[in-house]
Amino acid sequence: MAMDEIVDGLSEVSCDVLVIGGGTAGPMAALKAKLKNPKANVVLLEKANVKRSGAISMGMDGLNNAVIPGYATPEQYTKEITIANDGIVDQKAVYKYAQNCYKIIEELDSFGIRFLKNENGDYAVKKVHHIGTYVLPMPNGETVKKAIYRQLRRARILISNRYMATRLLIGNDGRVAGAISVNTRTAEFLVIKAKAVILCMGAAGRLGLPTSGYMFGTYENAANSGDGYAMAYHAGAALANLECFQINPLIKDYNGPACAYVAGPFGAFTANNEGSRFIECDYWSGQMMLEFYNELLSGKGPVFLQLKHLHDETIKEIESTLHKVERPTRGLFQKGRGTDYRTESIEMHISEIGFCSGHSASGVFVDDFARTTVPGLYAAGDMASVPHNYMLGAFTNGSVAGTDATEFADNHDFADFDSADIAKERERVMAPTKREDGIPPNQIEYKARRLVNDYLQPPKVTRKFELGQRRLSEVRDDMTHRMIARNSHELLRALETQSILDCADMAAHASLYREESRWGLYHLRTDFPDKDNENWFCHTLLSKKEGRMTSEKREVQPYVVPIADDEKDLYDKQRIRASA
Amino acid sequence: MPLATYQTSVPVVVDDAKCIADKGCTVCVDVCPLDVLRISEMTGKAYMAYDECWYCMPCEADCPTGAVTVNIPYLLR
Repeated sequence: MAMDEIVDGLSEVSCDVLVIGGGTAGPMAALKAKLKNPKANVVLLEKANVKRSGAISMGMDGLNNAVIPGYATPEQYTKEITIANDGIVDQKAVYKYAQNCYKIIEELDSFGIRFLKNENGDYAVKKVHHIGTYVLPMPNGETVKKAIYRQLRRARILISNRYMATRLLIGNDGRVAGAISVNTRTAEFLVIKAKAVILCMGAAGRLGLPTSGYMFGTYENAANSGDGYAMAYHAGAALANLECFQINPLIKDYNGPACAYVAGPFGAFTANNEGSRFIECDYWSGQMMLEFYNELLSGKGPVFLQLKHLHDETIKEIESTLHKVERPTRGLFQKGRGTDYRTESIEMHISEIGFCSGHSASGVFVDDFARTTVPGLYAAGDMASVPHNYMLGAFTNGSVAGTDATEFADNHDFADFDSADIAKERERVMAPTKREDGIPPNQIEYKARRLVNDYLQPPKVTRKFELGQRRLSEVRDDMTHRMIARNSHELLRALETQSILDCADMAAHASLYREESRWGLYHLRTDFPDKDNENWFCHTLLSKKEGRMTSEKREVQPYVVPIADDEKDLYDKQRIRASA
Repeated sequence: MPLATYQTSVPVVVDDAKCIADKGCTVCVDVCPLDVLRISEMTGKAYMAYDECWYCMPCEADCPTGAVTVNIPYLLR
């Protein structure tokens, strides 16, 4: 058989709970679903390989948002995230995370993942955020994926690698009925009927084009092409605050974190070209990114992460983390550039745009049980709307989703659906393989993402967005009618390109709907430059209604933890003021 | 429209002398998140078939014989 030859074919299976995405949230969701009811049939579907998929493919250096008794309280954390996210937060879900995450830390500890402790045996939590202390290093963080994989094997979770889910099946009663997937190496279809489905498909990280021009040189794992966002949209689920883009401060060109969360607690800091601090706090918020952006454009730019003032032993310790975990090729990159942290600062830049609740707030809308607006459909991790929830949020909310999904599956039978939906989806997926002549997916993807950079990247301007929508619709037309896939690997990329275009359309639509500026750089609309709390202190929900993309407002739910008036704008005061 | 093939220098390099793919090993191909590695039908060794790399390292880290090296893609270097 020739490499990646298209075999086609179709088989059907069924399960109680289907988890799609085996990165961070997914494995935990599958594990908890199974533990909730050991008789339940739980399937974990993954586009790559669960062993090494997702954002933590090479592990993680630490927890960014650990709420540990003695260091922080759930109330304090909820307050911090509410302020960091400009008040647009349903606190119930954040508060629940904050209450549950310590249990998850203990559980991860029992899986063999170590967390830094001080000489008294207490967790050595570090301060990076503006107000509270939540950063906990993981000395063997490179093993996190292996540790969780062992648990999956032990619990006998059925894992299907190299299957890309393309669409959800929706029952006649509006409930989720399962998913359709296609093998990325043979193009064989697998239809999975399920009583409950949990989407854990990561960020939309291949939306903007990295400035290097290398399409896969993204901040997020480049496999995270926003498939979960697109699938939720086509299933009729609501997506929240998509205009609150993800934009991160990264090592220029390498496009990975430098990383201030690791180096900051040792005394490293973000500096301008004069070697001076210009931001109060290195925690990634939209307000911080705006100051970063302003500094880059100012005469005091570019921006650097400065370590050279630190002791050699300290730098060695920082290197032992940065060059081993999360993005280990950082060391190779710096070596190639001739950058020694002891003598030279690391040049920083800002990333391409994306959707990601892990770092901002753009995600499929979920409540405090990880339920989407489609009955039986759940979402967790970077793609679900609980803001700023990072890796520990993915584990914790994945756990919430898994438990609740099994309860749902225990109380419902399979939803009836129209079997014609399968044939229709198969035809849609395979269309690029049926054409003799056309445009390959890489060109369509490149053009779409280049347009995202040209038109959708903040600062956002209405007329530019409208032009961007027009250009993107032309690319969509090419994608729908002229895209070709000559083998199953190219078909995988063709399907990802469709997710990317869906996300680009959603990014444009959501941004135009919110007629104000909010979240610093994430939603900086220069023709609506002010924050307008009177009209826009609300969530926005985007969804497909009668085949059309629509946006609506949703009230912010009453706060669980009150925020005093003089605390509300703490994150707006990021810029260091000149001292007298 | 006619298609042209496009030349690109790929970041992942496999040392054929060390690679044991011809003895049935598929570790690097299995773990790659972007699914860009394949076993050559001609040499029986692993190689990077698609230049779509996140320079993430599982292929190098998990290779049982140390045959795989991940370099930074040229455009980023």
